[in-house]
Amino acid sequence: MEKKILTCIGCPMGCQLTVELDGEQIASISGYTCKRGKIYGEKEVTHPTRIVTTTVRVVHGTAQMVPVKTKEDVPKDKIFDCIRELKEVEIEAPVRAGEPVLKNVAGTGVDVIAVKSVEIQQMEHGIHSSRNL
Amino acid sequence: MKQHAIVIIGGGPAGLAAAISAAEQGEKDILILERDRELGGILNQCIHNGFGLHTFQEELTGPEYAARYIEKVERMGIPYLTDTMVLDLSSEKVVTAVSPTEGIFQIQAQAVILAMGCRERPRGALNLPGYRPAGIYTAGTAQRLVNVEGRMPGREVVILGSGDIGLIMARRMTLEGAKVKVVAELMPYSGGLKRNIVQCLEDFGIPLKLSHTVVAIHGKERLTGVTLAQVDHDGRPVPRTEEEYSCDTLLLSVGLIPENELSKNAGVALSSATSGPVVDESFQTSVNGIFACGNVLHVHDLVDFVSEEAANAGRRAAEYVRETSGESSEKRMKCGESRKDLPESQAACEEWTAKMPEKEVSGILDILPGDGVRYTVPSVLHLAQMGETLKIRFRVRKEYKNSCVTVHAGDRQLFRRRKQIFVPGEMEEAVIRREDLNAALPADTITIRIEEV
Repeated sequence: MEKKILTCIGCPMGCQLTVELDGEQIASISGYTCKRGKIYGEKEVTHPTRIVTTTVRVVHGTAQMVPVKTKEDVPKDKIFDCIRELKEVEIEAPVRAGEPVLKNVAGTGVDVIAVKSVEIQQMEHGIHSSRNL
Repeated sequence: MKQHAIVIIGGGPAGLAAAISAAEQGEKDILILERDRELGGILNQCIHNGFGLHTFQEELTGPEYAARYIEKVERMGIPYLTDTMVLDLSSEKVVTAVSPTEGIFQIQAQAVILAMGCRERPRGALNLPGYRPAGIYTAGTAQRLVNVEGRMPGREVVILGSGDIGLIMARRMTLEGAKVKVVAELMPYSGGLKRNIVQCLEDFGIPLKLSHTVVAIHGKERLTGVTLAQVDHDGRPVPRTEEEYSCDTLLLSVGLIPENELSKNAGVALSSATSGPVVDESFQTSVNGIFACGNVLHVHDLVDFVSEEAANAGRRAAEYVRETSGESSEKRMKCGESRKDLPESQAACEEWTAKMPEKEVSGILDILPGDGVRYTVPSVLHLAQMGETLKIRFRVRKEYKNSCVTVHAGDRQLFRRRKQIFVPGEMEEAVIRREDLNAALPADTITIRIEEV
């Protein structure tokens, strides 16, 4: 029987989990201290997933970038595909936290949402630029 | 001069939670001063998730965690000023600040809450030999460049130090297309959380070299590479273990230091163990009416604990304002005077400790770090102000396996908990109950220690 030792990433406790595998089947999981740990252990040996966070460019906003995240976990091997697709995205201010930025990222069926609001940049009256001349 | 009941210096997680808690106590005259253009502090650049599991039972990103508090501050109508940098704080609690709209102005505060957070140790603190080429950044600076300003500091990266920000940035730079070659850590253990080692390094196959450091910096105008070497038990490089890595960027994640320049101006006594103020159970510093919470007090691993601690400090500050407002104005004038029970300066600290026996009658206990414990917060307990329980936060000196943490007052044990592993990178806590402490009195000290089993 194959034995895998994992560190749970569910929270900062970082519990050490021991998963015993009988072929593809999970024979036993031990070492977790909460429900989340058990779920992580099961998922990590069968189909590992992660929340992906990154930034996308904002046009006409008070900030250059807006931070975004996948609304749910995506398969671990899709992380780079998600990032690549999000690199192409530009979003017009204003942005509201929670609003979708990209649907069905990398064919995962998961939406990407903004996690911060960005306001529209008010037009400046040329004071700064003329001063710099 | 303007006057406010409570002035909070810093609008990050500590300042926000302190403000909300003080307002919930009924205090209406609060002002938060923030030097950045928006509230939220460093959480704004921490775009990764994992915040808020303790507080909200869900995993939030930094900006989402901050927004929960910012929205509450807005809803409660707590006043704040952004783009406002505090320049000075006096022991009389006069705050001097500057902003582009107000210029320089002063505020007389009845109570001040220090919530300035911490700062990264820079290259200068490390004595790294070699030239000073471009391309050497603290991990937090790189984090701001990438996440807020959308700029990449470089393409081939070596990271020195395995603090959490360094680990987070190893992943972030990798996702943004950089090649992170190695993370080197001087100590034989990582300074970061285990979960970050798993999901930031192992997920991306980035090697972590423990007991390694940078012994040479290459390049003159721009960094071209670094030399790593293994170190022995005393941290000295071991000859013939040198390895060269070509890179254009070196990120430093080698520790955080509470930012206490303002505290020093106000004459607040600092602890040499935490570099933060010495505080009592109410998070009050050695200067009457000045409170401290969050990373300015001691560096935390989790923002959840910052919020919890800051809420307590905010509550205590509101109580302090209530109590001192009841006094005559003449008496209140004196509230800027130093306290008799806490040391006025670091030098007075030792003198103060030497006089300890006198304090028995006044109901003041010192909380001392015993075997294996580097520091405790708080470090002083006024019995009269203790609630039902007291939470003592501490860090261990080194890794302990299968050990117990115990708290004693005199010979009496107040707390004991066994844990599989204690590591310096993770803050620990012990809770003592008033009931148990009463049974241990008279005592003049409370000692917290690690007992190897």
